[in-house]
Amino acid sequence: MTFYDLIKSGMTADFDKIAETIEDKDIEAALSKDKLTEFDLAALLSPKALKYLEPMAQKAHKLTVFHFGKTIQLYSPLYISNYCENRCLYCGFNHDSQIARKALEIGQVISEAEKIAESGITQIVLLTGESRQKTPISYLCQCVIELKKIFHHISLEIFPLETDEYRMLVEAGMDTVTVYQETYSEKEYGYFHLSGKKREYKYRAETPERVLDAGARGVNIGALYGLAEPRKEAFMSITHAGYLMKKYIDAEIGISFPRIRIIGEEKGIYHDVGDKTFVQMILAARLYLETAGITISTRENSQMRENLIRLGVTKYSAGSVTKVGGYTESGTEEQFAISDESTVDEMYEKIKKAGYDPVMKDWEMTI
Amino acid sequence: MAQDILDIGGVKFTNRFFTGTGKYGNKEIMKNAITESGCQLVTVALRRMEPNSRHENIMDYIPKNITLMPNTSGARNHIEAVRIARIAREAGCGNFVKIEVINDMKYLMPDNEETVKAVKILADEGFIVLPYMMPDITAAKKMEDAGAAAIMPLGSPIGSNKGLQTRDMIEMLIENIKLPIIVDAGIGRPSQAAEAMEMGAAGVLVNTAVAAADDPVRMAAAFSKAIAAGREAYLAGIPMTKSYASASSPLTGFLSGD
Repeated sequence: MTFYDLIKSGMTADFDKIAETIEDKDIEAALSKDKLTEFDLAALLSPKALKYLEPMAQKAHKLTVFHFGKTIQLYSPLYISNYCENRCLYCGFNHDSQIARKALEIGQVISEAEKIAESGITQIVLLTGESRQKTPISYLCQCVIELKKIFHHISLEIFPLETDEYRMLVEAGMDTVTVYQETYSEKEYGYFHLSGKKREYKYRAETPERVLDAGARGVNIGALYGLAEPRKEAFMSITHAGYLMKKYIDAEIGISFPRIRIIGEEKGIYHDVGDKTFVQMILAARLYLETAGITISTRENSQMRENLIRLGVTKYSAGSVTKVGGYTESGTEEQFAISDESTVDEMYEKIKKAGYDPVMKDWEMTI
Repeated sequence: MAQDILDIGGVKFTNRFFTGTGKYGNKEIMKNAITESGCQLVTVALRRMEPNSRHENIMDYIPKNITLMPNTSGARNHIEAVRIARIAREAGCGNFVKIEVINDMKYLMPDNEETVKAVKILADEGFIVLPYMMPDITAAKKMEDAGAAAIMPLGSPIGSNKGLQTRDMIEMLIENIKLPIIVDAGIGRPSQAAEAMEMGAAGVLVNTAVAAADDPVRMAAAFSKAIAAGREAYLAGIPMTKSYASASSPLTGFLSGD
C-alpha cells in the first residue's frame, strides 16, 4: 500500500472535517504533548492556532536544538537542463515558455560544479525539467558519477523515475531525491498540469516510495504553496512525510515549504500564503514530525530566512542560481526568481550571527 | 590513594567524562566547553570533518592533547560503518572508533546485530572499538567476544535527555561484562551522569545536554563535577539501602537452638 492508496481508501484523517471542530483546548492539548496525532497536527494548522504561534515556536525551537543542535546545513542547486515536456502553469520552464533551452554537456556540468565548490559547498542538488530525450538516465548517471568526485552529497530534483532507474542512480552515487507533489488536491493538480507525464497525479505521489525502495538514503517532499488551500496542503504534505518516516524507518525524510511568489495578475489564480501562515506550517511540521529535516530555499527573502533559523528549519540553499549554466556564464532564464541573493559566505556569517553553526559537510562515503 | 585509571584498549584515562562535538551553535564555545570539561577523549563525526574547508574546520577547535574518537554516524549497516572507520583512520584520526550503526531515523536506535559485525571486522583490523548499543546482555557479550574495547549502552534515545531509562539493563552489563561500560546517549542532567557512575559505569559520554545548554561551558563544568562525585561515591562504597522493612513482629522469632 502506498500513500496514494491510503488517501484513496479514506484511511487518512480528513482535514476539512477535523478543522471544523477545532477549539482552543485542542490546540493547547497538542502543545502539551510529546507525541502528536494527526488530530493534533490539524489543530496546530488551524487558523485558530495563529494566536499560539509563540508557544509553538518556543517548543519547536527546543525540539530542534535537542535533535539537530544549533546547526543549519547549506547546499546549492545546480540546474543542468531546462528542457521540459510538461505544461505546468506556474513554472518558468513550462514547455510553452519562450525561453532559451539548454542541457549542459558533462564538461559544462563539471565547470558549474567546480565553480560552486569554490564557495565551500559540499552538498548539491541537481535539477532538470522533464525530458527523457534530452536528459536520459545514462546522462544523469554520468553527471552523478562526475559530481561525486567534487561533492560529498548529491541530491536529484528531476522528473519521477521508475524504481530500477533510481537504483541505477543510487549505484552511481546519488544520495537523496527531492520531489514535490506540487499540490495534493487532485482537482487543482489537474488544473495546473496541462499536459505531459507530470499530469499523472498517482505516479508523482508514489515517487518518494519508489526512491526509497531503490535504496536512496532519503527523500525530500513538499507542496508548492499557493496552488491550493495552504493549510490542507500542509496537512497532507506533513502527514505524507510522517507516513514515509514510519514505512521507511532508515530513511532521512525532509520536507520543504516553497511558496509561489504571486506577481500582479496572477493573484486570482493562486492562494495567498501569508508570512504568519507560512511560519505556522513550518512549526506544526517540526512539532509533528520531530526529527525530519526542514529545508527552505531562496524563494524566501533574506529577512525571513534569518528569522527562521531559530524556528525549526535545518537546511538552506545558498549562493543559488536557478539558471542553466548560470554559475559560470549568464545562463538561461530562471526557473523562479531568487529572493535571497546572499552568497554562501554571507549566508554562513548570517547563520553564525544567529548563534548557529553553519554545516557545510554532513556526509562522506567512498564508493 | 592509587590513581583511578580507566584503561581502554591500552590507553589510560584519568577522567571518566567523555564528550561529543556535535550540536554546538558555535565552535569556539565547543572548544571552551571541552576544555572546561577536562575530557581526555572526544567523539567527532567523520561526516562533519572537513580538513580542506575554506570555512571553519572542526578539528581546529578540538584541544590538541585529547584522544580523538571518530564515530561512524550516518552508517546504516556494518559495511558503511567499516568504510567510515577506515576513511577516518586513513585521514589520520587514530585507532579509536565509536561504532554507530543506526537505521532508525526517528529515534536513532542503534542496530545491535549490525554493530556486532562491525566490531568483529574492525577489531581484527587493529581498531580500538567502542560500540554504541541498545543495552542487551546477549549483544554485549557478542561484542565483547568480537573484540570490543568497551561497551557504550544508551541511557535513553539520543537527544531525548531522559536519563537512565535503561538502568536495569545497564546494571546487567556492569555486572556481567568485563569491559568498561560507558553510558552514552540520553543523559540530560549532571545528576543522571552521577547516577550512572554510582551504579558502577566506567564512564559517561554526554553531548546534547552540554551543547544544547544555554551556557555549554558552565554545563560542561557541572557534568565534570557530577561524574567525579559519582565515581568517588562508587569507590567509597555506597551503603545498601534496605529493600525490606524491619518488622515489629518478627517472623522467625519462634525458632530456637540451631
